[in-house]
Amino acid sequence: MDTAVVNATVDYQSMVFPYRRSPDQDSAAPVRHPVVVVGAGPVGLSLAIDLAQRGQRVVLLDNDDRLSTGSRAICFAKRTLEIFDRLGVGERMVAKGVSWNLGRVFFHDQQVYEFDLLPEHGHERPAFINLQQYYVEGYLAERAAELPLIELRWKHKVVGVETRADHARLSVETPDGTYRVDADWLIACDGSRSSVRQLIGQETHGRTFKDRFLIADVRMAADFPAERWFWFDPPFHPGQSVLLHRQPDGVWRIDFQLGWDANPDEEKKPEHIVPRVKALLAASSNPALRNAEFTLEWASVYTFSCLRMDAFRHGRVLFAGDSAHGVSPFGARGANSGVQDAENLAWKLSAVLQGTASDTLLDSYAAEREYAADENILNSTRATDFITPKSEISRIFRDAVLQLSRDHAFARTLVNSGRLSMPATLRGSALNTPDRDAFAGRMVPGAPAVDAPLRSADGRAAWLLHQLGDGFTLLLGAGPDAARIADELRAAAQGLASLTVLTLGAQGSDAAWIDAEGCVAQRYDLQPGSAVLLRPDQHVCARWRRPDGDALRAALRRSLALS
Amino acid sequence: MNADHALITAPHLDAPDDFYEALIDAHRGLDAAQSQALNARLVLLLANHIGSFAVLREALKAARDSA
Repeated sequence: MDTAVVNATVDYQSMVFPYRRSPDQDSAAPVRHPVVVVGAGPVGLSLAIDLAQRGQRVVLLDNDDRLSTGSRAICFAKRTLEIFDRLGVGERMVAKGVSWNLGRVFFHDQQVYEFDLLPEHGHERPAFINLQQYYVEGYLAERAAELPLIELRWKHKVVGVETRADHARLSVETPDGTYRVDADWLIACDGSRSSVRQLIGQETHGRTFKDRFLIADVRMAADFPAERWFWFDPPFHPGQSVLLHRQPDGVWRIDFQLGWDANPDEEKKPEHIVPRVKALLAASSNPALRNAEFTLEWASVYTFSCLRMDAFRHGRVLFAGDSAHGVSPFGARGANSGVQDAENLAWKLSAVLQGTASDTLLDSYAAEREYAADENILNSTRATDFITPKSEISRIFRDAVLQLSRDHAFARTLVNSGRLSMPATLRGSALNTPDRDAFAGRMVPGAPAVDAPLRSADGRAAWLLHQLGDGFTLLLGAGPDAARIADELRAAAQGLASLTVLTLGAQGSDAAWIDAEGCVAQRYDLQPGSAVLLRPDQHVCARWRRPDGDALRAALRRSLALS
Repeated sequence: MNADHALITAPHLDAPDDFYEALIDAHRGLDAAQSQALNARLVLLLANHIGSFAVLREALKAARDSA
């Protein structure tokens, strides 16, 4: 085993973040802060960084002084990586993570199906990277430490919440005793067992699945491809499913379905885990793998639920990530959707704090992310029903699909080992301006912007998503009058919102950005003179064949919930 | 309802007796579990052939209502 390489990396698992006393603890009256975020996991950290990058002061409280215990959420999707790019940590995550696009599905001892999650070229980021949650949290925490507007308080545990009309008052327990603090806005990113949720008397509703799964992280030096392998009913683990994934540092994630009757305390013991891993390796056709030495890194036995809070906003208290919704792990929709919650909320809360939007904009956070949660829960529930059939006939159809999928392509579309995280298209959002012109393509109002390769006027290669502004961005198809139209639209946005105008055109046009491979034209149906308006979270909110200042102002007002 | 998206329940088989015999023959020698598995594969193959979710939904309803 290559221990030298392992030791050369920072050990994020053993990193301790010291408790520090805050001046708030010495104040007679509770100190008031504009934003308090609870929970320094991937969601709370992403939100804090995004808010700070938008000039907002954030107090971030965490009840612990360490990062994630164990690898936990390991699959970070393309859209999440694009958000991490905006937060200044995307490149680090991708450099450390294991990039993958390909998944294979096996039934018994045969491969029945493989899928490429990113069959299209012209995207900077891969469909997924696998990266242990402690790295994600560690990189985000280090980024947060660079931002003076973020005050991260480790070992500050929220033990009381009183909600008021225009703020929330928190009681916070520390090694030095309990103190009180006020927050104009309280954002709970404190996970599935959210203290804030309980303290304000709210709960989640949904389904808990009667099944148990063992997660085992094993470290081994094996030359195995960076792919997602999923077995239904393999000979080495009959009657159940198994999932194998590669993580950085030579660590492999293996999920074994155990069934409801398994004893979680027994199954967690190494003497039960090691034979399961050995059986998996022994079944491999690769001789190097059959004899691979491994050590157990971390293991956990879990059950899961698909549930959510009825409402993600309760006055001055908002919920994001697992505190608001929970899904089964099979689509990697937990942490990914949580980071997307954070991105949806950050620009809206920032606009409310700056006074450029009224607080009704935050109702759209709740509505949009409740919709996204329902989509994630639907996908996750369907995958779970396929993996863990709830009735005899459900298992019969499941096995029939798998049998047919070996020979017939149609059946492969029915195989569901997890519909992997895709960002929600917020079709019904009140912030969208309905199309008045005909457009083709998938970038409908509500869709998250997709990437495309560009070239600058001086020939430099670039990516579309990196050119988008912190505020709204207008993609303008370069035409004869582009410069005049761009000036007119910029002027129209004055006093309403910050607007970046990008003119894009084919080779030979005088656009600022050359759509070198035609991907923007194709993906956005951006013809000369057309315009697509993107929100600060990079979702499409309006588009026109012939944009004008009035239409743009109306769309911006709608997107800021001002109309 | 559009004719392309309506479940055909009027006679449509070009050889009803031959089909029925073939259906029973397909199950010859199978035990109950194997027959059920075959039926499941058959349903899936036919469903894909039909394709239209609207028609399939009608068929699911008609099957359930005739019990």
